[in-house]
Amino acid sequence: MNNNSRRIAVCGVLTALALIFSYIEALIPIPIGIPGVKLGIANIAIIAVIYIVGDTEAIIVNILRIVLTGILFGNLYSFLFSLAGGMLSVILMILVKKTKKLSMVGVSIIGGVTHNIGQIVAAVFLMDNVAIAYYLPILIVAGVITGIVIGCVCQLATKRIAANFKA
Amino acid sequence: MKKNDIILAISLVIVAIICAIFIQVFVKKDGNVAVVSIDGQVYKELSLNENTEIDLDHTCGVDGYNVLVIENGKAYMKDADCADKVCVHQGKISKVGETVVCLPHKVVIEIKGENTELDGVVQ
Repeated sequence: MNNNSRRIAVCGVLTALALIFSYIEALIPIPIGIPGVKLGIANIAIIAVIYIVGDTEAIIVNILRIVLTGILFGNLYSFLFSLAGGMLSVILMILVKKTKKLSMVGVSIIGGVTHNIGQIVAAVFLMDNVAIAYYLPILIVAGVITGIVIGCVCQLATKRIAANFKA
Repeated sequence: MKKNDIILAISLVIVAIICAIFIQVFVKKDGNVAVVSIDGQVYKELSLNENTEIDLDHTCGVDGYNVLVIENGKAYMKDADCADKVCVHQGKISKVGETVVCLPHKVVIEIKGENTELDGVVQ
């Protein structure tokens, strides 16, 4: 297989994985009574694309994941929220990774936190209600915790994926 | 995990704590009325500026009794005869949107301001 088709195949597999993760995530609510807190397991696939394939591909895979999840399982609001959170987090993760100052765990923390910030900002504008920003501190902490967990999983997962699918 | 990751995590938590304190102290507004609801119906609106103590018992449709106290702009449940006394332990409330709930007796105390803001729903 030449390099280009290998690249496309890996992107396709990881897009499917991200989509399944988004679906699984919608099935498991986290019962702590704070809206917007979730594990962010779909981010495992996105981080894998950033590290194994490339930056542009990561943005494309993320857009595909958000659009497909929106069409299949969501509504207009959930689509706009995940677009704001998802795009902000993928762009910042790429930038942070480029600085080479942080490991995959740090990149994942940035992803988790900025995803939550993006969603809050979208919610403030869409609902025209600044009071939603009161959730910001708790969502930052939640983003740090889920970011660490997801980052550790990523380190294990990308090692294995990269061994089989080096693009 | 690198040292930088730990620094990042800790500094983000510190930022969150600062934000939380800022919101609690400067952004949340002090309310001026405590709205008492019993079984979903608004029973009474009490001004937070006047110190009062009212008994909520069977005469106003409560299955048991709760003692609500308003003191120095704060409202709290002084006593109740429910089993868990969660409402008593919820402490004093004074900011717009804060609530004390006594689930077994279906009593809800909510603080409201002059312009009450609606709660949003985020998914």
